[in-house]
Amino acid sequence: MTEKKIRVLIAKPGLDGHDRGAKVIARALRDDGMEVIYTGLRQTPDMISEAALQEDVDVIGLSILSGAHNALIPQIIKKLRQNGQDNVLVFLGGIIPESDIHSMLDAGIYKVYGPGTDTRQVCKDIREAVEVKQAE
Amino acid sequence: MSLSKSVREGSRIALSRVLSQVENRTHAGIQALDELFPFTGNAHKIGITGPPGSGKSTLVNALAKQLRLLQGEPRVAIIAVDPTSPFTGGAILGDRVRMLDLQGDPGIFIRSMASRGALGGLATQTEALSQVFDAAGFDFILIETVGAGQSEVDIVNLAHTTIVVDVPGLGDDIQSIKAGILEIADILVVNKGDRPGADQSLRYLKSMIDMGYRPLASSAGKHSLADSFDQEKSSQNEEVRDLWLPPVLKTTAREFTGIEELVTEILKHQEFLKTSGRWQLKEAWTLREIVRKRIEAILVHDFFHQLPKGLLDLTMDDVIARKVSPSSAVEQLLTYNRIRSKSHHSE
Repeated sequence: MTEKKIRVLIAKPGLDGHDRGAKVIARALRDDGMEVIYTGLRQTPDMISEAALQEDVDVIGLSILSGAHNALIPQIIKKLRQNGQDNVLVFLGGIIPESDIHSMLDAGIYKVYGPGTDTRQVCKDIREAVEVKQAE
Repeated sequence: MSLSKSVREGSRIALSRVLSQVENRTHAGIQALDELFPFTGNAHKIGITGPPGSGKSTLVNALAKQLRLLQGEPRVAIIAVDPTSPFTGGAILGDRVRMLDLQGDPGIFIRSMASRGALGGLATQTEALSQVFDAAGFDFILIETVGAGQSEVDIVNLAHTTIVVDVPGLGDDIQSIKAGILEIADILVVNKGDRPGADQSLRYLKSMIDMGYRPLASSAGKHSLADSFDQEKSSQNEEVRDLWLPPVLKTTAREFTGIEELVTEILKHQEFLKTSGRWQLKEAWTLREIVRKRIEAILVHDFFHQLPKGLLDLTMDDVIARKVSPSSAVEQLLTYNRIRSKSHHSE
């Protein structure tokens, strides 16, 4: 009688003014049958890692439009590792220049999505990644 | 070290893992619950219910903050339940958005929960999660239900104190709060008290209470008048029942107005429950409900498990063709299983 749902935290770190993209993704994941914890705007790395810990999520989806990803992402990943949350997969979406994608992946991001991404692709990627992670 | 031991020793990451195991009803979760059960029974469980958009999450945010200021800095756990989509099984759990004031406080732990198909305002495993927090040493457990209308009253079977939140402007008279939900309130709150009509809502609710309308809330889960009479006859402290008149308070949770008074009333109610013996009665009732629901779940599961593959579909074809009525179909299936299990025994 067990029931396992993929749990995803959607958060916007930094000082972005709007969260439309994050809400579109949250809705798409919900429609794909996942449980989405939505934390909204202006989250610090501490807030994000703490929320992920309390909610025991499989995945964190971050959305950054402000260009602050080079500063924020390494801090968030570091925080997660300090807390022993290495098992959480982190996805990044928003406005990330082509030239920064490599450094984001090196920092520990699982995948980066730009504007116009098909949300079905994101759902599929998340399901596959979580499945692989759980099989480990 | 076992997960449940780490939970007892205060590991937040172990606590979070156990909550998931329990929510997903895994073997590890059932085992952890068994190990933690002897350490439960200490937390004060407070339910917060009311219609969607009445400000439950914002009130929980303010309430948790105020409770933390009490002597001894009690630890506060929050279980926030939001609805699961009946079509996709997914959910958006957005209560944390209103609880940003609580971030960074190690004495607070917030867990969002999807209702996963349960209809009473809570998820099936909400009670079990509250046991984990209880055993982990949290002094208060705030349980926020999904936005409730008339019949989402499961919270009374779980909470010691039920707070019903209303807002001004939902209706021009007492209809704004439906009978079912008014009945379960130990404390009534008119939130968004800075809006026009707040004082009027307050007056309506107060006069409703003063009219001598006795909520049966304290006899948690009793539905009919006959039941409550039975309970009254058997109860020794018949008079004590009527000593608690639900107070009606005005709050503006966003501005932390009226929250101190709310905490005072919660503590008064706690005192009332403990001195009147109702605390123990509620505990006994809650535990009985857990056992009853578990038996129901297992029996239903076993019933469908024992049914031969395809028999249900075949029977349903007859029902859909209107050859057999639903109740005769049920009778047939039940009889089939009974005969089958008898012949199993005699073998």
